[in-house]
Amino acid sequence: MTRGLDDGSVDLGDVARRIAEMAAGPEQVEAYVARRRETAVRVYDGAVESLTSATSTGIGVRVVRDGRQGFASTGSLSAGGEAGAHAIGSALAAVLDAARTNAAFASPDDNGGIAEPDGVAPADLALWRDETVATPVADKIALAVDLDRRLRDADSRVRQVPSSDYGDVASEVAIATSAGIRAATRRTSCHLSASVLVGTGAETQSGTGFAVGRAPGDLDAEEAAQDALDRALRLLGARKGTSGEVTVVFDPRVTAVVLSVIAGALAGDVAVKGRSMFTGRLGESVAAGHVTLVDDPTDARAFSAASVDAEGMACRRNVLVDAGVLRGFVHDSRSGRMAGTGSSGSAVRGGYATTPGAGCRALVLRPATRGTGRGDGAPPGTGGIAGTGGSGRDEILAIVGEGLYVQSVTGVHSGANPVSGDFSVAAEGVRIAGGGFAEPVREVTIASTLQRMLASVLAIGSDIDWLPGIAAGQTVAIEGMRMSGR
Amino acid sequence: MIAADVVERVLHEALRRGGDLAEVFAEDRRSTAATLDDGRVEEVASSEERGAGIRVLCGETTGFAYTADLSERGLVEAARTASAVARGRTASVQEAPPGGSRPTPGAVRLPPEEVPTADKVALLRQADDAARASNASVVQVSASYGDARRRILVARSDGVFAEDDQVRTRLSVTCVAAGDSGMQTGFESVARTAGFEVFDERTAGDVAGQAARRAVAKLAARPAPSGMLPVILAAGSGGILFHEACGHGLEADHIVKDASVYAHKLGELVASPLVTLVDDGTMPGEWGASAIDDEGWPAQRNVLIERGVLTDYMWDLVRARREGRAPGGNGRRQSYRDLPMVRMTNTFITAGEGEPDDIIASTPYGVYVAKLGGGQVNTATGDFVFGTVEAYLVENGRVTEPLRDANLVGNGPEILRRVDAVAGDFATSPGTCGKDGQNVPVGCGQPTLRISGVTVGGTAGGEGAP
Repeated sequence: MTRGLDDGSVDLGDVARRIAEMAAGPEQVEAYVARRRETAVRVYDGAVESLTSATSTGIGVRVVRDGRQGFASTGSLSAGGEAGAHAIGSALAAVLDAARTNAAFASPDDNGGIAEPDGVAPADLALWRDETVATPVADKIALAVDLDRRLRDADSRVRQVPSSDYGDVASEVAIATSAGIRAATRRTSCHLSASVLVGTGAETQSGTGFAVGRAPGDLDAEEAAQDALDRALRLLGARKGTSGEVTVVFDPRVTAVVLSVIAGALAGDVAVKGRSMFTGRLGESVAAGHVTLVDDPTDARAFSAASVDAEGMACRRNVLVDAGVLRGFVHDSRSGRMAGTGSSGSAVRGGYATTPGAGCRALVLRPATRGTGRGDGAPPGTGGIAGTGGSGRDEILAIVGEGLYVQSVTGVHSGANPVSGDFSVAAEGVRIAGGGFAEPVREVTIASTLQRMLASVLAIGSDIDWLPGIAAGQTVAIEGMRMSGR
Repeated sequence: MIAADVVERVLHEALRRGGDLAEVFAEDRRSTAATLDDGRVEEVASSEERGAGIRVLCGETTGFAYTADLSERGLVEAARTASAVARGRTASVQEAPPGGSRPTPGAVRLPPEEVPTADKVALLRQADDAARASNASVVQVSASYGDARRRILVARSDGVFAEDDQVRTRLSVTCVAAGDSGMQTGFESVARTAGFEVFDERTAGDVAGQAARRAVAKLAARPAPSGMLPVILAAGSGGILFHEACGHGLEADHIVKDASVYAHKLGELVASPLVTLVDDGTMPGEWGASAIDDEGWPAQRNVLIERGVLTDYMWDLVRARREGRAPGGNGRRQSYRDLPMVRMTNTFITAGEGEPDDIIASTPYGVYVAKLGGGQVNTATGDFVFGTVEAYLVENGRVTEPLRDANLVGNGPEILRRVDAVAGDFATSPGTCGKDGQNVPVGCGQPTLRISGVTVGGTAGGEGAP
């Protein structure tokens, strides 16, 4: 890569535009240029274990010719490392040529091609904070040291704090296409996270906690420390649960994980290929009547909020499930053409080295409670959908009465299948008795199908917490899951 | 990749402000990928990544910076950034031995860069045709081909100067089968540290046929049982269990922080005497093989558990220095943009002496796993989970009906003690291991073996007994 790009002295939008303008004849060209600055601090026992700081830049180029798509990327813009406009120019030409060559081997696709501008204006979101880049490294280190210290001093049962991390990323992206798209976005994010081991006697339990924000000043170390500690201490004395059918209450972090799996089935490119449990079910009931699922990347509070998608289209609010009925999928330009709806501004990509696909960025459940009158804590006067305000963990535990509070799940990548809907994950948490926490439970699995889980949602909390990722965290209760343990 | 005199000047710069050790890790990675979906070659992609990561070790602290600019100016700037943490005494830069260390990379008969792209794309077509031809209920096929050539150079102020040239080639196929019971998926892959000759040994059609068979078999599958049951793992089907259940807990970074259930247990019986666990980066062709690790240390064979007794942990440079011992060839990193850490290479249980069929015949009721999916472990508690992607019920000593996918959960140390039968066969399978956000290729392996009790997380009611 040339020093120019690293220094930020070369305008990313200019680089993207230069590539897009190299399009020859009827060929379509899309250039995605990204620059990323990162700081990562790991603290152990009060001292810095590692400190990483670096900037990287990369380019991904998509070429579509006669409906055939080719792609090439590079993170090394100048083979010899010499600076200068000439070197950049030849590097850009080389990556474009590679994409053209690759295109020749792909199958023609009537629906293929880059995004067509649709006139929707991008929302103006404040996702960048100069402070994230400007804060001295010493101050960032101090945040992680503070977190480590808080955890070590918090409780006599703390045995170890294996790592306390601070990390931030400042990223800038420019997209330009031969169809006339010129988009530029930038964002900052940072986090504090730690894991803690607590124990008594021969037993050890662990917990992780984190805080996220757009700038270091947003981060609350106490919140991260308390979260890690609560989760670990709560599990002390945990035993394997008994097998049987249970109502589960998902911790907000667990809900975010489950919603992310459901998001996979709501991706238009997956759905149009018949590879989603929701394929062919538009207009049908796919969830309980009080379940409404919205993907709204223009909500600036969402961690993955964005004004522009990975193809340069304006992001927008998409209602995917409305009152239990499947109303739509999220589409990139190709799946939108296949579905006949057009792009929903939902193209996502893993970085400059991958091509776009369709995906959610900010999936959230609208708060609601099913008015069954179940349990002492059911809100009064609920016939059908209850009021949307005020229900957090305590209220939902009260509604449920007896069940399992699931604090964390593992094995999701192997145990949750967005095609068949099969769902089986390892869980740990706390038994719910009398509408509150009873004894901790570990080494159990909870299983069902995603279809059945959506139909069996009992309550959706209004305690929305925008966790890192593509879905919101909120407390949710689901009836009739199979718990397997002793 | 970088001239020796440039490396020396960069190392000097890295240690200018102090520090015990400096390292330059340079990487040049070129890869090709092609995907087929729904009968169409959707995409052919190529990528190039080239850069260097520079580390400065000062006491217990590591400073790290990376750059894609391999010019002397770019490297020196990264060295200065990495050295920001350094202070105090400065170590000297020792001259590398003449010619450095150039371990023999694995033999590659057909370098992928010399294979025409059309031949790579043809593999995807073969896979698609074979899967669809194998069974009418196969409704979707996706196939993915990838190859990568990764050249690395490790140069350090303590005189280490080593290079490696790693070539990896893979093909994976996912099939969706549709039937009255809904849709089911089947997956199969071949992945070797080798060139295009991989497909002489295993054809694309064979890989696809296996994926199709798995998806179709599950159409007739019944829900998996729930509860604690004996589980038999077919040879090569479930090395991931041992990777998760004990491998991660034996990584020295967890050990030195006392954050593993296996800390302070060297010399103790931690597993059934039938269990010998080895991590071996030298196995030719295996997915986790290389000539050197990403810290320049030669790959080696490390016996971790021998006949049930814990004999050693896995070590990288930082953790080994701290303990005053030699590294073990387990320092790996995803790319020049990442710090190395303790990682597994090819991890496996060695073969025993029994017959696989005898193990099944002596199991009245349980689950026979023909293929496991991914897994995950909490190294502090040893609790793990992994998913089945092809499993059958065992009834009265016979493998009977196919089961729908389910997760298995257990605790590493407990599972190791419950291994009660190990056969004389052996097979491996490739995987991708993620740790702290970094993915590296690994191999897993085991003979056919039985664990007397694992919690099976199916949806069907009823405890163990039929």
